[in-house]
Amino acid sequence: MEGNHFQRQAAYTRKTLFDQGYLDEQFIQLEDLQDDANPNFVEEVVKLFYTDSARLIRNIDLALADNSSHFDFEKLDDIMHQFKGSSSSIGAKKIKKECTQFQEYCNAGNLEGCTRTFQQVKQEHATLKRKLESYFQLTRQAR
Amino acid sequence: MNLAGSQAVKSMSVTSSSVSRRSGDGVSDQFPAGLRVLVVDDDPTCLRILEKMLKNCLYEVTKSNRAELALNYLRENKNGYDIVISDVHMPDMDGFKLLEHVGLEMDLPVIMMSADDSKKVVMKGITHGAVDYLIKPVRIEALKNIWQHVVRKKKDEYKGKDYEQTGSVEDGEQHQKPPEDSEYSSSANEGSWKNPKKRKDEEDEAEERDDTSTLKKPRVVWSVELHQQFVTAVNHLGLDKAVPKKILELMNVPGLTRENVASHLQKYRLYLRRLSGVSQHQSGLNNAFMGPTDATFGPISSLNGLDLQALAASGQLPPQSLATIQAAALGRANKSPVPVPLVDQRNLFSFENPKLRFGEDSQQLNNNSKQINLLHGIPTNMEPKQLATLRQSAQSFGNLNMQLHSQSSQSGSLLTQMSQPQSRTPILNEINGSHVSTLPSSLGQPILSQALPSSVLPRNGIENVRGGTYGSVSQPSSALDFSVNPGTEFSGNSFPLMSNSGIPILTSKGMIQEEVNSEMKVPRGYLPNYDTFDELNQNRSQDWSMQNVGSTFDVSQHSNLQGSLGVSPSILVQQGFSSNHKSEQSRNASVSKAAFSVGDGRIGNSSSSGQQLNSSPADISQRIKAERLPNMGFQNTLFPEQFGQDDLMSALLKQQEGTGAVESEFGFDGYHLDNLPV
Repeated sequence: MEGNHFQRQAAYTRKTLFDQGYLDEQFIQLEDLQDDANPNFVEEVVKLFYTDSARLIRNIDLALADNSSHFDFEKLDDIMHQFKGSSSSIGAKKIKKECTQFQEYCNAGNLEGCTRTFQQVKQEHATLKRKLESYFQLTRQAR
Repeated sequence: MNLAGSQAVKSMSVTSSSVSRRSGDGVSDQFPAGLRVLVVDDDPTCLRILEKMLKNCLYEVTKSNRAELALNYLRENKNGYDIVISDVHMPDMDGFKLLEHVGLEMDLPVIMMSADDSKKVVMKGITHGAVDYLIKPVRIEALKNIWQHVVRKKKDEYKGKDYEQTGSVEDGEQHQKPPEDSEYSSSANEGSWKNPKKRKDEEDEAEERDDTSTLKKPRVVWSVELHQQFVTAVNHLGLDKAVPKKILELMNVPGLTRENVASHLQKYRLYLRRLSGVSQHQSGLNNAFMGPTDATFGPISSLNGLDLQALAASGQLPPQSLATIQAAALGRANKSPVPVPLVDQRNLFSFENPKLRFGEDSQQLNNNSKQINLLHGIPTNMEPKQLATLRQSAQSFGNLNMQLHSQSSQSGSLLTQMSQPQSRTPILNEINGSHVSTLPSSLGQPILSQALPSSVLPRNGIENVRGGTYGSVSQPSSALDFSVNPGTEFSGNSFPLMSNSGIPILTSKGMIQEEVNSEMKVPRGYLPNYDTFDELNQNRSQDWSMQNVGSTFDVSQHSNLQGSLGVSPSILVQQGFSSNHKSEQSRNASVSKAAFSVGDGRIGNSSSSGQQLNSSPADISQRIKAERLPNMGFQNTLFPEQFGQDDLMSALLKQQEGTGAVESEFGFDGYHLDNLPV
């Protein structure tokens, strides 16, 4: 049945996401929470993440663009901490990794390193979004 | 589901219902299903995930993305939640702050969460009293077991209650007051099976009293700082809602048991009651005083102005401590405008409750602004002039004028000790007050030389009568109020001493003793009003600090008293209490007895006694020594009933002089006035 086809595809896509390190076991925790009463729970949470994280990304960009003499690394780290926590809650493994890198540069007071790394963060953030969106589409079709 | 834990819990709780969780109990047949969790996290993603996880654990979940909102939920529905889970980093309020609030106000277990797993932060969570710390991302497995914290807490509470009960058993009168909230009641019920056993243990311990109780009833020394924390916690919760468990949590003091807090609270309530009683009379007066200072005091007074003072007076707290506390109080005061609903205190002071209601006291200070406030409020927030006024009143008390000292040299010794920043004064006052109260009526007179010749007492509670005697003391009641509930108590009791300085000492004998005992070992004898001890009794409740004094007084009546009120209550107490004073003693004895009765709620005519106290604090202290010692003795008697708290008393007593003697004399386990060597 077509359902099987989509199911297979969805399963394959999912596996790839894990294999390629985009997702970690926290994502499985979310999947485990999904049930009949909340059939789209995972998608719902991911959507929530992307909405909220957009705000955080904006704030970090603004903070990085701060040209004042005393750069506030602490504030930068603080926002990143929130972003990282949020990303890790959905199991966004690669994003999390880049966030950690960012924080290291932050602690070292390396603004250039932070800026560079943040580009990576945003990239991973966008990539995962794309992949998850297509994955969810498959799962919906597979139902 | 009946987990082992739940089984245990169930067995403990006689009344636990099976299906529905009783508020506070949380133990049901399906436990932990239905556990009411409040989860707070500003991250919407995490919040949603947690909510779902908790729901999957069959818990009843309430979520909030703002700490303030969460606190409101909790406050509105105190018994509506069993446990709180909160993130550490939140924009509107620090997670640790929320943790503190919840612990103090609601006494619920709180679990902290954060993506930050650094040892420092985790440690902070622990020190702030979190029952657990989860690292994000949180897994459902971690949430499945959170019910254990609820059970554990209840068990501990229960146990604490038990102790209290046993403790009170000893005291006789001091029966554990019924838990203020349903939780306690239930725990009491729950603990019934444990009681018999514990009770026995407790009793045994009680006999040993001192020390040994490490396991069961460790003696806690209610230092100024500790008391300050206590008062802050109580104020935060609101006197009416201040239950030991919550106070304990808010205080977040390792090693402190609910039992300790409970007995302390009892005394404090009495103290406050005393103060309110006095304040009622003096409300007019107080207002005058407190008016301006209220604002400042509000927060401070609640802070423990009383306690600090008392403590300071009792000598337990070194002046510096007082200052510190005061400062803290002030600091707090500054931050939070009168958190304490003093108003309640006033009611409390109607003296119905023999128990010391310190909590009230502090509150009163804020609200009452009446006399009591002066005493309590004096701490830190007091403005210089206010302090001065307070001082004055305190002075009248003489004894506890420790605070006064700072302002008015009268109290001299006492105050000097406390004289640290103005804030101190209040403390002193309080302490002094307590001392004052303890001063036996006889003392009161001589001491009151300042201005209050026996007539001073009347003022105590009520108006600055004390001030009258002291002359300068405009503040009167505040200081005294502490122990002496304004007006009423002082009326006869030794409160007058306090009146000026605001040292509740006078709280009509009864009261004072209690207060003194608890806080300051200040010689109870200070209650000059002892004659009218009955009245003082009322005061008793006021000043729990005074209570201590009483107890300690027994021991060294004279010697201590001399110390001057500032001498730190302990000294005085001891001296005075030994009730060696013949004259004094007899007076004291009567006073104490009266105090008891008074303390119970009537501070009736402390006027006479109060007057005595009003005399210059400095003098009083000295006098007290000589004369009052006996008073102290009886003060103790007053207290015993009330103070079930051994910790305080014993601590104070001990401190005072190495008090062992005192205690034995008084038989305090807490406050046993029975032993008063009348």
